[in-house]
Amino acid sequence: MSGANGSRWRPGSRGPAKRTPGSQLTRPWEPLWQFFNRLRPARWSAYVRDHWIGKPLVTAVPMTWLVLFFMVPFIIVFGISFSQSVLAIPPYEELLGWTDDKVLQLRLHLSNYDYLFTDSLYASSYLYSLKVAAVSTCYCLLLGYPMAYGIARATTTRRNIYLMLIILPFWTSFLLRVYAWIGLLKGNGVINNVLMALGVIHEPITMMQTDFAVYIGIVYSYLPFMILPLYSNLEKHDRTLLEAAADLGSRPWKAFMRITLPLSVPGIVAGSLLVFIPAVGEYVIPSLLGRTDQLMIGRVLSDEFFENRDWPVASAVAIAMLILLVVPIMIFQRYQNRELAHK
Amino acid sequence: MADTRTRTPEPWLDPHAQAYIRVENVSKRFGSFVAVNNVSLKIYKGEIFCLLGGSGCGKTTLLRMLAGFEQPSAGAVYIDGQDMAGIPPYERPVNMMFQSYALFPHMSVAGNVAFGLEQEKIKRAEIDRRVAEILDIVKLGEYARRKPHQLSGGQRQRVALARALVKRPKLLLLDEPLGALDRKLREHTQFELLGIQEKLGVTFVVVTHDQEEAMTLSSRVGVMNRGEIVQVGTPRQIYEFPASRFVADFIGSVNLFEGQLTEDEQDHVRVKCEELSTPVYVDHGMSAPPLALCWVAVRPEKIVLGRERPAATDNWAHGTIHDIAYMGDMTVFVVKLDSGRQVRVTQANRTRKPEEQFVWDETVYLSWDASSPVVGTG
Repeated sequence: MSGANGSRWRPGSRGPAKRTPGSQLTRPWEPLWQFFNRLRPARWSAYVRDHWIGKPLVTAVPMTWLVLFFMVPFIIVFGISFSQSVLAIPPYEELLGWTDDKVLQLRLHLSNYDYLFTDSLYASSYLYSLKVAAVSTCYCLLLGYPMAYGIARATTTRRNIYLMLIILPFWTSFLLRVYAWIGLLKGNGVINNVLMALGVIHEPITMMQTDFAVYIGIVYSYLPFMILPLYSNLEKHDRTLLEAAADLGSRPWKAFMRITLPLSVPGIVAGSLLVFIPAVGEYVIPSLLGRTDQLMIGRVLSDEFFENRDWPVASAVAIAMLILLVVPIMIFQRYQNRELAHK
Repeated sequence: MADTRTRTPEPWLDPHAQAYIRVENVSKRFGSFVAVNNVSLKIYKGEIFCLLGGSGCGKTTLLRMLAGFEQPSAGAVYIDGQDMAGIPPYERPVNMMFQSYALFPHMSVAGNVAFGLEQEKIKRAEIDRRVAEILDIVKLGEYARRKPHQLSGGQRQRVALARALVKRPKLLLLDEPLGALDRKLREHTQFELLGIQEKLGVTFVVVTHDQEEAMTLSSRVGVMNRGEIVQVGTPRQIYEFPASRFVADFIGSVNLFEGQLTEDEQDHVRVKCEELSTPVYVDHGMSAPPLALCWVAVRPEKIVLGRERPAATDNWAHGTIHDIAYMGDMTVFVVKLDSGRQVRVTQANRTRKPEEQFVWDETVYLSWDASSPVVGTG
């Protein structure tokens, strides 16, 4: 019965029931021991396997994070967007309330959303944000693709240096780097002074508070987000494909257009969305460098919250922005899934 | 006479034949490493020429120089009489089948095959017709819409072949064409390749490390070692008459003995080998200094096992059976000679009677015909 003769353990089979023929019980605790032994699982390893909680535990961590810091705030904001502004702390009406005859009442106002459509400020801010984000994304792509391509084709040691240089600016605060651009772009800033000293221009060019300054700021800040996914895509390309194309009579440029470019579409999509999505809601760069007569939606949002203290309208603006961005995010997801499916 | 000469199946024997590919004193260096060292080759139209060698012997580098992916450090490559120096791959009348197949993953089978034709000024209808035609030849007509990742290894291999053949190249380069296929499929594909080559009359240059592949496919084999061509010949020549110890050892399995030349006459040589019971007598002469050290190679299938002591005074040895491996069609015996040396002997299983077979630890006599051993000093 014991493990010594090779039989398998069963619940209760391990009990060292050593009974000599003469005496009934050698030890008084023996029945108790046997009782507990019967409750013991057959094998601890099997028990752990059957009751393994590792998997849900591992997923529970990010899930908790998302629920606490994304879903709960989102529900709160979503709720506030159906509320009404009041002079109180917090400055909005509770959605749930008791009527005079003690009936629980849920009051939802759609007026905030209606307001977004009636006041042209919002529509124009949204459109302007989309335009700025789209144009900046195009510039990032035009600038980032050759850079990523060059890095992917470089030797391993150089590649690491280039990647380091791409990531290096992150060591300085984002805000500081945008401020630095003010010093470069302003009327008596570095660029104007140098150009005037060289005699290229006689009067300072107005670069601050223009779309140009916003594009520079966004392209400068978000370029790494374009380069890195593009690089990771291009680096994986099989170079024999280009050799095969050349072998089949394709000149290098044509081979690039027909092989490299189509195969890098997932990288282009990933990089573009990583630039486009945050650029739509960008607040700091347009506030510091951008126009004052045309606001981006991030600025409108912050003004509604902090200047007007109209939380419900601000929430509605935020929700509307999120809905606008859901479409590109879904495109991103689709391409990511397709990338994974190919592996 | 002229008629027979033009149709001779062995153009390399014809001094007037024009070589289709001439490789003249080609070397390729990568830094200080010499990948290909002073190689000269002539390959004729319609041949299947195999470059055979172990990994790192320079065979792939030589192939890539024919395709135009590498430029020779020295020497010249002529294809159809034209010097290929400085001519990029996309302008050469050559197509290559890559070892990894290098199929374009984002294109369908038909798209892959059509790619080469689209680079030329050919009408769409003509392209479609030729793609369909070649896909029929490689029996992939039904798979035209599939993407490469939806195909099996053998199917991908055939797509790669079709893609390379659809441009009707005069010369097709194949880099380890059957490397990724399993044994059954390899054998099948080898004969398919031969059929296609015959049908289209293309010249093949095949790189392989697999001697069996080289043997079945090729009209001639060039054996490479350390960047040099050590022997060029028909499969039979390199197997039966290896020019050097390396080739004898590399091609097939062989028993190599060290010995000393004791007799060197016009019609025979006699070699004394310490490891064998009797001297080795070979029925052809060789020219070497007297008492030269040499090697003797005897193929396992050319050795006969017997229970009786041979009457002859040479070409036999005595030993005990050390190991037996039954392979079905034949049996491999490892015989331990009295000198302690182990010798490989294979015997075809001509009957099904087990009692005729030798058993473990049986003492046996090994003998061979005087025409079987190969002697050399190189």
